[in-house]
Amino acid sequence: MEMERLYPLPNPDSQPYWDGLRERRLMLQQCGECGTIRHYPRPVCDHCFSMEVEWVEASRRGTVHSWSESHHPFHPSFKADLPTMFVTVDLEEDVRLVGILRDPEATLRVGLPVEVRFEDAADGAFSIPILVADRSGGS
Amino acid sequence: MANGLFEKGAITGIGETAYTRGSVKSDIALQMEASLKAIADAGLKPTDIDGVIPYAAGAAVAEDFITNFKLPDLRFSATTPLGGASCVAAIQAAVSAVAAGLANHVLIPIGRNGYSGARIGSRVQQMPQFRVVGEYEMPLGTLAPAQLYAHMARRHMEMYGTKSEQFGKIATTVRNHAAMNDNALRQEAMTLEDHQASRMIADPLRLFDCSLESDGGAAVIVSASERAKDMASKPAYIMGVGEGHPDSPSTITQRDDMTTLGTAKAAPRAFEMAGITHKDIDVAEIYDCFTYIVLCQLEDLGFCAKGEGGDFVASTNFAFDGDLPLNTHGGLLSQAHIVGMNHVVELVKQLRGTAGSAQVKDAEIGLVTGYGDMGDGTVAIMRA
Repeated sequence: MEMERLYPLPNPDSQPYWDGLRERRLMLQQCGECGTIRHYPRPVCDHCFSMEVEWVEASRRGTVHSWSESHHPFHPSFKADLPTMFVTVDLEEDVRLVGILRDPEATLRVGLPVEVRFEDAADGAFSIPILVADRSGGS
Repeated sequence: MANGLFEKGAITGIGETAYTRGSVKSDIALQMEASLKAIADAGLKPTDIDGVIPYAAGAAVAEDFITNFKLPDLRFSATTPLGGASCVAAIQAAVSAVAAGLANHVLIPIGRNGYSGARIGSRVQQMPQFRVVGEYEMPLGTLAPAQLYAHMARRHMEMYGTKSEQFGKIATTVRNHAAMNDNALRQEAMTLEDHQASRMIADPLRLFDCSLESDGGAAVIVSASERAKDMASKPAYIMGVGEGHPDSPSTITQRDDMTTLGTAKAAPRAFEMAGITHKDIDVAEIYDCFTYIVLCQLEDLGFCAKGEGGDFVASTNFAFDGDLPLNTHGGLLSQAHIVGMNHVVELVKQLRGTAGSAQVKDAEIGLVTGYGDMGDGTVAIMRA
């Protein structure tokens, strides 16, 4: 039996985000009127209610907000990757991102500086953000 | 209008099927069976029902009740799509309807094969309420409520020093109550050591922090209060209700404060409408999809301040004969996951004095909550 796989379901509001990940760029929506950056992609700026959208490339730097390590195979297509550490990150752009930690040496704590990198998923059908500790000594 | 719906409606009938794992009944049959029991408990005939609020994410629609019960004139129908907060949200909608004279007797049914039926997968990913996490988080492999909610629990632990043992106290207390209930799936004793030894599901949530997947149905009837006093069973008058949605309602990870639920908005409305304080609550049936969600709701309900939930849990006796009797039926954690309608039914039993071994002595005022869909919270306060 072919294994069901969960794919992203891009729409016109989100396609540039997924295209960016494939190109190894973290792209975020920026309001074309007031400049507020928002995530996840959606049609309206909740600051000024403009629907004008620009896309900007993010710094890929942030700090750990929270995390959870999954041990239970809720879906067969992710079983081989368990245990998986999912991390919520406060990006420098003041939005959040979820990525998979690919840094076994990292000891997680709230505020730990991390860097966003990229990884192909599902035999290259799409790409996802992954995280490593940022050891550049910045913040 | 703070007290706009105060005692305008009452729960006049309750019904439950047997709760099982391994049902041979359809989702719709479970809802019909529970509904017929609730209708009989209220002393009504099925054809007396003139309002129905089916579960928004469930199998049955209002038309199914017209067809099965040959309802001559269904005058009010609605859905309340708040996941596990739906049942209590439906009570708010039902009281609104009977208060406005739109209907006399509103049926709120729920029933599903949560164990035997469909599990999580691409179907869930495409449901509108999960669309955002479905697109951005599920393709990474973080798709089940335990995984998504674990980020809230971890953040709470890191910010406030909350401990897994405090989650364990909730699990063991609720299990003790299940052991007193013949219609509960988990009867065997659970110690704190058992909780701590249970396998990790989504750190920090262990197996015994998670509710059960189960099959069953439950239903209640909401009637206008002026009719309720003459009906077959003792009514539970609805003193206050509230519904709240958290900021960033569709995804936890984008929420400014991921340790605050919609409950924090709903609770002040419900308490103000009811005109009571927390000291007046004799029994609390708090939605317990996960132990952490109970602890967080205790804060958001105002039983303690944000961040003090861990200490509050550690210092409070939640047994049926304790300080704040909690989930006296065994909850979603140990009775069955009936989307919280089993909590509503249990509160009514407590206020009638028919709750069996775990009856809270002299229970006069109680509270029931719903929680779901990434953070929606609902609260109802009732009196005997």
